Amino acid sequence: MISGYLITILITIIVYAILAHSLNVITGHAGQISLGHAAFFGIGAYTSALLYTGGGFPFWASVPLAAVVAGVVGAVLGIPCLRVRDDFLAITTMGIGFVVEAVFLYLPFFGGAMGIGGINLPKWFGREMSKPEYFLLILIVFVLLILFDRRLGRSWIGLAWSSIREDEQAAEAMGVDVVRFKVMAFVLGSTIAGLAGGFYAHFLTFIMPQNFGFGQSILILCMVVFGGIGTRWGPILGAVILGILPEISRPIMEYRTFVYGLLLLAMMRFQPGGLLGEESTLPRMLRRIQFRPSENR
Amino acid sequence: MALLNIDGLSKEFDGLRALDQVSFTAEKGEILGIIGPNGAGKTTLFNIISGIYPASDGEVAFQGKSILRMKPHQVSRLGIGRTFQIVRPFPNLNVETNILVAYGHRFYPDLWNSTGPFRRADTLKEVQILLEKTGLQPYQKQLAKNLPLGIKKRVEIARALALEPRLLLLDEPSGGLRFEESARLMGLIRTVRDQGISVLLIEHNMQVVMDLCNRIVVLDHGSKIAEGSPETIRSNPQVIEAYLGKSVRLEDEED
Repeated sequence: MISGYLITILITIIVYAILAHSLNVITGHAGQISLGHAAFFGIGAYTSALLYTGGGFPFWASVPLAAVVAGVVGAVLGIPCLRVRDDFLAITTMGIGFVVEAVFLYLPFFGGAMGIGGINLPKWFGREMSKPEYFLLILIVFVLLILFDRRLGRSWIGLAWSSIREDEQAAEAMGVDVVRFKVMAFVLGSTIAGLAGGFYAHFLTFIMPQNFGFGQSILILCMVVFGGIGTRWGPILGAVILGILPEISRPIMEYRTFVYGLLLLAMMRFQPGGLLGEESTLPRMLRRIQFRPSENR
Repeated sequence: MALLNIDGLSKEFDGLRALDQVSFTAEKGEILGIIGPNGAGKTTLFNIISGIYPASDGEVAFQGKSILRMKPHQVSRLGIGRTFQIVRPFPNLNVETNILVAYGHRFYPDLWNSTGPFRRADTLKEVQILLEKTGLQPYQKQLAKNLPLGIKKRVEIARALALEPRLLLLDEPSGGLRFEESARLMGLIRTVRDQGISVLLIEHNMQVVMDLCNRIVVLDHGSKIAEGSPETIRSNPQVIEAYLGKSVRLEDEED
């Protein structure tokens, strides 16, 4: 039997994996930095929580709607934001993060600092889903998202994103509608983050504004960078490692952020592309073993 | 009707007049040289035509239609390809993929089309033909960032050709190249012209300009000071003055 503790960690990790993947669409594929990604995670969580507890919607409706709402908010905020570049975009997205967290914290409608409770695991076949079943459900969604990502990576949309990431000005000179494709990436990333938020809320059963603050945004970005920004599996590996780390480092609880910082510094110094980055040690070793023709990127 | 019609074009940057009432036309199938000393406004002109900067005044018409208010991606889809003074191929994409990005102009406008795979048999065949024509076949699978400058410049031209343009804007294609490399690139530009694609060529190498261009426009401090065949430009006193200064004392002027 899988213990309750283990399954809790597994669910947390897979939610983080979806979340890291969603940021990877924006930052990795399309090259647009976001320092406020947790906002969309939070919008998803709060939407599904409110629809479930206040609106009487079942889980099966509240979570997809959470994704849609996060995507729509992503579009509304993304269109003005993505006209600015690089460092300005970092500051604008950070601002979005702070504003959204403040809205959750100060508007009584969102439960204030006390958050929202009484959100339950979904029901099926007339009973509440068990945690292992819930884990399987999220795992399936995760696999579908990865398959979708693979298809997108091979599409003209994926190619347009690569060109924007590589050189925005050259991309638009080659017929790439830069703003439109950036907004597309931002909306897709926000939608998936909202979906992760819905799953997260129904699993935690209780959400608070702090779960979706600046620290969380940075943690997601760390996962993406740590694992290998722009690669398909890197951010997921990053989510697994940085998701497990707090659990195995319980004995050194007080020094956890310190260890995180050291890890990231070491990463930047020795593997700037992340663990699975194109030119990092691990993929190089794998390539040498397997000897396969290089990817057509 | 001229392919490109530039009429009274002006551009000001915070009071600095980078272009002042510039007018000229480019005809189908000609190589038109744009020359002038540093800071004459040549690259600014390219950036306005390709939609990167808005103009302060004047008009730019392509095939009889104003393109001044268009965004860069719209201008390029209309059939104006360009290269950059400081080369900018997509560094971490290989040569083939660099070219595919430009072929995407057929698929990007439609959401459904753009979800299809970008490696399609028909497009890849066109890429092969283009690679052959530009002599890039040996580099097909190499990342652009690892290529020497001459090949990078050729990638940029191939990429612009993938837009199926009627007009190419080439910003100093021979800059930084050795003689043989530059000669080969000029051969390529000639082939492009022979296919009926017009070329606007910014160039500092006078030998290249005189060899290649059908006509030349000379800019100085943002104004057009001369226009005509290579022979007339070569002997134009105003042009000589713009390049060498009024009282020519070579020992002092050379840097």
